[in-house]
Amino acid sequence: MRKISLDAVAGVKNIVLALVITMSFTVNAQDADPMAGKKLFNANCAACHKLNKKAVGPALKGVSAKYDKEWLYSWIKNSSAMIKAGDAQAVAIWEEYNKTAMTAFPLLSDSDIDNILAYTDYTPPAQAVAAGTTAPVAAQDSFSNDIILGALALVFGILVMMLILVNRTLQKIAAAQGVELAPKEEKPARRPLWQAFAQNQFLVLISVVFLLLSSAYFAYGYLMQVGVDQGYMPVQPIHYSHKIHAGANQIECKYCHSSARVSKHSGIPSLNVCMNCHQNIAEYNGEEDLENGYTKDFYTKEIKKLYAAVGWDEENQQYTGKTEPVKWVRIHNLPDFVYFNHAQHVQVGQIECQTCHGPVEEMEVMYQYSPLTMGWCINCHRETNVKVENNEYYSKIHEALSKKYGVEKLTVAQMGGLECGKCHY
Amino acid sequence: MAANKTYWKNAEQLNENSPLVDQLEQKEFAEYVPVNEFLEDKESLEDSSTSRRDFLKYVGFSTAAASLAACEGPVIKSVPYVVQPEQIRPGVANYYATAIADGFDYGSILIKTREGRPIKVENNPDAPTLGGANARVHASVLSMYDTQRLQGPKANGSDISWEDLHLQVGAKLNALAVTGKEVVLLTQTFASPTTTKIIAAFLAKYPNVKHVSFDTVASSDAVAAFEEAYGVRALADYDFSKAETIVSVGADILGDWQGGGYDSGYSKSRVPHKHHGKASMSKHFQFEANMTLSGAAADHRVPATPSAQKNILAHIYGALMGTAVSGTLSDAHQAKVTAAIAALKAAGDKGVVVSGIQDQGAQALVLAINNALGSQVMDADSPRLIRQENGTEVKAVIDSVVAGTLGGLITVGINPAFTLPEGKAFADGMRKLDLSVAFSMKEDETASAAQYIAALPHYLESWGDYEFKAGHFALAQPTIRPLFDTLQFQDAILKWTGSEQSYYDAIQDNWSANILGGNSWNSVLHDGYFSTNSSNKANYSSRDLSSTVNALATAKAEGMELTLYTKTGMGDGQQANNPWLQEFPDPITRVTWDNYLTVSASDANALGLKNVNVANGALNGSYAKVTVGETSLTVPVVIQPGQAKGSVGLALGYGERMGVQDEMQIGVNAFAFYYNAKDVQVASVSLADGYHEFACTQLHNTLMGRGDIVKETTLEVFNTKDKSYWNAVPMVSKNHIEQEVTSPEVDMWQNFDRSIGHHFNLSIDLNACTGCGACVIACHAENNVPVVGKTEVRRSRDMHWLRIDRYYSSEETFEGDLTTKENISGIGDSLTTFGRMEQASENPQVTFQPVMCQHCNHAPCETVCPVAASSHGRQGQNHMAYNRCVGTRYCANNCPYKVRRFNWFLYNKNDEFDYHMNNDLGRMVLNPDVVVRSRGVMEKCSMCIQKTQKTILDAKLDGREIVDGEFQTACSAACSNGAMTFGDINDKESKVAELKANDRMYHLLESVGTKPNVMYQTKVRNL
Repeated sequence: MRKISLDAVAGVKNIVLALVITMSFTVNAQDADPMAGKKLFNANCAACHKLNKKAVGPALKGVSAKYDKEWLYSWIKNSSAMIKAGDAQAVAIWEEYNKTAMTAFPLLSDSDIDNILAYTDYTPPAQAVAAGTTAPVAAQDSFSNDIILGALALVFGILVMMLILVNRTLQKIAAAQGVELAPKEEKPARRPLWQAFAQNQFLVLISVVFLLLSSAYFAYGYLMQVGVDQGYMPVQPIHYSHKIHAGANQIECKYCHSSARVSKHSGIPSLNVCMNCHQNIAEYNGEEDLENGYTKDFYTKEIKKLYAAVGWDEENQQYTGKTEPVKWVRIHNLPDFVYFNHAQHVQVGQIECQTCHGPVEEMEVMYQYSPLTMGWCINCHRETNVKVENNEYYSKIHEALSKKYGVEKLTVAQMGGLECGKCHY
Repeated sequence: MAANKTYWKNAEQLNENSPLVDQLEQKEFAEYVPVNEFLEDKESLEDSSTSRRDFLKYVGFSTAAASLAACEGPVIKSVPYVVQPEQIRPGVANYYATAIADGFDYGSILIKTREGRPIKVENNPDAPTLGGANARVHASVLSMYDTQRLQGPKANGSDISWEDLHLQVGAKLNALAVTGKEVVLLTQTFASPTTTKIIAAFLAKYPNVKHVSFDTVASSDAVAAFEEAYGVRALADYDFSKAETIVSVGADILGDWQGGGYDSGYSKSRVPHKHHGKASMSKHFQFEANMTLSGAAADHRVPATPSAQKNILAHIYGALMGTAVSGTLSDAHQAKVTAAIAALKAAGDKGVVVSGIQDQGAQALVLAINNALGSQVMDADSPRLIRQENGTEVKAVIDSVVAGTLGGLITVGINPAFTLPEGKAFADGMRKLDLSVAFSMKEDETASAAQYIAALPHYLESWGDYEFKAGHFALAQPTIRPLFDTLQFQDAILKWTGSEQSYYDAIQDNWSANILGGNSWNSVLHDGYFSTNSSNKANYSSRDLSSTVNALATAKAEGMELTLYTKTGMGDGQQANNPWLQEFPDPITRVTWDNYLTVSASDANALGLKNVNVANGALNGSYAKVTVGETSLTVPVVIQPGQAKGSVGLALGYGERMGVQDEMQIGVNAFAFYYNAKDVQVASVSLADGYHEFACTQLHNTLMGRGDIVKETTLEVFNTKDKSYWNAVPMVSKNHIEQEVTSPEVDMWQNFDRSIGHHFNLSIDLNACTGCGACVIACHAENNVPVVGKTEVRRSRDMHWLRIDRYYSSEETFEGDLTTKENISGIGDSLTTFGRMEQASENPQVTFQPVMCQHCNHAPCETVCPVAASSHGRQGQNHMAYNRCVGTRYCANNCPYKVRRFNWFLYNKNDEFDYHMNNDLGRMVLNPDVVVRSRGVMEKCSMCIQKTQKTILDAKLDGREIVDGEFQTACSAACSNGAMTFGDINDKESKVAELKANDRMYHLLESVGTKPNVMYQTKVRNL
């Protein structure tokens, strides 16, 4: 085995050498394209390298200045061969980075590598100006609205003032002219309305009944929302944004909440699941929401909280073993006397997570979307059809029940999903 | 007619003047609820400045205020793993095969764990040896979460680190080795091949150390007899499923006799199977002094004092071997012995004789008889290795400890200072030794007398390998990381030997070298058991037994003969701090939370001992002073029908005071009488002052006075008569026309169509049920049933969802009396008949009947619930929505089976009920899939709906149909006897559907018309 693999390495080496020789003439003729390099970098290198920071591998900004280009070509294409060959520089890097060999990229052409190197050297032209110009525009927009509203209010104020002044002037004129303004007619003393009302027993009865009914209505409404935590949006120890993960990055819900497929619990992912990605994503580089203070810095700090919890030493790219489990605040709380099973709904019923949890991919802060009341459960059970297709468990019972009810599709309720004991035990 | 036998439960019911019987039949809640008393207490009402109206105002206001204040929900934290173990998925149970070997109970089991916590013991049905767990093994998971466990090693009463302990003990061992003073390693029987090796290595390093095995409840005479006959220190094994005739002389084969676990084989031979239209089953003769499970199951039970048992065994031997035996038996005994011998001869090699007489000669006779019979039932080729005590060796050790001639003592997994009659002297002697180390889980009598206490882990936290039976191995693996700072004995001894190996490595090495024979370690660990196909033939060396026979035949005893026995619930008492076992009703007496002296009615009369029922039906018993040799104990008395005259019984395992919390420090320590490790002692018994208050579940939930509860017939009738004769469906009259109660004509209910989907039924075979109670504990564990304590049980408030009713009946000779009873008119006459039946209490027949919610299709409880908390599911289960229940208790009053249980108090997180649900450790055993009920709600058997729902969901997830046998309840899964069969009767191929169509099938109180989904199979006796 060992011999064969060595031969294979030698073979690859030869091919690489041949490639280098044939292509070395064309390479320099072209100008390297940093934009193409960016694509290649993101596809091949970003898992382990960052431009300005040490990750699994060294920071790559200005790497072309540090090493000879030819050396870089062969390093990238097959670093382990160089280490084995005893190249001093190669061995030094290998030892510095915990003796982790870099993945070989024999399929990258020299021009590809040039593009990547160009990208690592590339300093984008200052964008501060552009950013500066766009922000005031938005600000101006809201500013102008205020002005219009303010101006209108002012105009109305002036109009009211004018009317009052006109009225006063006219009265003064009338007084000066000696015109008697018609005095208010003295009407015979009528009983005040409330007394009349109080003496009308029928009205009193009606209004008492009305009052009682309406207060009962509101009291019922109030009491029925006791313990219903719809909209519950607690502050979590780590500001975890579902909007970024499930929305912008399109991560499938069940990638993290994997036990929803097999268990009653959807499960809060353990921190090692986070580290599957965050071992390499140490900084946030996505969109910002300045209005709420969600800057890149803010998000990056939250990632650092994860590192602290899981005990990840970013500097040395290794686990310290000092962990601090995260105490999340549980949002969806069912009472103890209810049995709910995620696997039944997610895997058997094939219900989208969003049906109950709402547009999670748009939630910057997770909250309880549904009321999670029994009425809400029951309604859904009444309306939802059982997914009997391609599930042999259902084949016999579906046939028999659809014959009994004379329907093609069966709701959960028809399947027995309204029985008390199905959820309460 | 056998089916019309009248069953009775207690002598009280034979007392025609007792108002209690009638009262208890009428009242479900026997205890008086003192509401009126409180309201009518004028004095305190007048003293109070608060009027009733004011009080109600305050109540109203504070309730409203409290509920408004409660609107803010609590903040609940969720803490996920930092690194989640691959095999753990929150909410999904994992099962591991392991084994128990605690010195008393041995067996292969499965452990259910949730999120890394063991929560339930299950049988390992695939294991060929000891795969069925008994009640104690089922309860043992709770003993791991025992607050009284030692949390770390100790030296002279203060905590010490393991390193220091190893250093100090090692130094002392070396010093003793230099002086050559003897050190004894006194251990439980391990039956562990690797432990044997490890101990051998330890002994090689320290030649002054001697290893002695000590069984708390010994079978050393049987072991010695077997060694003499076959050359191996072991016990013959028996497979009663092959038996046609079983003759037991004092052997409780369904109890803990020789390690127990024989009941599943026994039950197989007890179910009548039809061959060519004729059913056959085994015939069982039982000669015994105490009423045992075996006596209850036997076809012919003969009360015989221990000395009479010896005579009987000698006569059986004589008759079978054709030798003359001196002495004569009483007429009653002689008649049964003759019948037993005839049956044995008829059965040929399918017959077997067993004995529990602790006498080497008697055990030698048994081996000789079975050899002469060529019995297939007895297996001497692959004997049991789970009892190893050598009586004389142990005696020598005890003497040298007491005398102080020993250098050092290391005890492992035993508590001799408690379980020896000379325990106090033993402990005093131990304190004077140069070195004393106690490996123990508790700071018990022995541990507190030792210099060093090495804290042992629970077996669920330990590795282990066992050879229960020659060639039959089992592996034990930890199912949780040790909860406390504990170390296995084997690891410690390896360290003291100077080995760097861990016990786990030692097991693996030993197994791959000597046992596995090329098989995979991982697959054996997964299965939990391993058998080698050795065709080892044991050779019987016969010897002259004539003097033995004569000694036995002429054995006599002066005075009262006391038989010490182990109770189904408590065993040898090492789980005394387990509230499940304390509250477990004894299958025979149905007394919880106590041990007691069982006395026959006639002896009780002569001695003036009484059992009385006080106003709320609770049982009180006189105290008796029992004296054996120099030792006297004052013991409460239970009058036991079937107890042999001239004999009394007392259970071991109670009376533990150390390492046991206050609530469970109950009973008397009968080990004080256990002289020379003999279970039979001559005692004198006399009346003592006062009455003891028992917590007995015997006189409440009465089903007396009504028919069709237990149906019973004989094999002869079963074979010759039609079903309508011995298992008739009750008739009711409509328009003066008699019709079967099952007919839709006489039904006032509309039938619901249950033919679609699943329809669950549970069948209980009264022939296979031995009353062992494993189901009761399994139900306890599965359904978070609370423990309520002795006082509450005494108030008839026990919470068991599943109870095993025990009925005493009269014998066949009462046929005439029954006919008389049928012909009598008037209440006085009928009571006279009951009075005559009193004579039968000398030796009644016994039937066990497990009763849980019958899940009636036409359920009386459902119609009376004002809030519809009790409703019916189409799968046949009667649902109970606890959150809907308002606690009117109408349902319990309307239940004809008395299976509903009311939460009179909050039984969790309540210091008044300081059992496992009141501490964080104990709560770890709770099943997360079942809600813990709160105060003021009714609860009952749910037919384990959480389990059926789980099975259905698994099938849905896999997209497949469910196969028969997948559906299980906790009780049916726990029943290794095959008495309980659960399944879907809409699956026409299923076993339960077949049982539903069986001729023996009947429903409990069928005449009520409730159409239960639980059915029973008529008991057939092979008379």
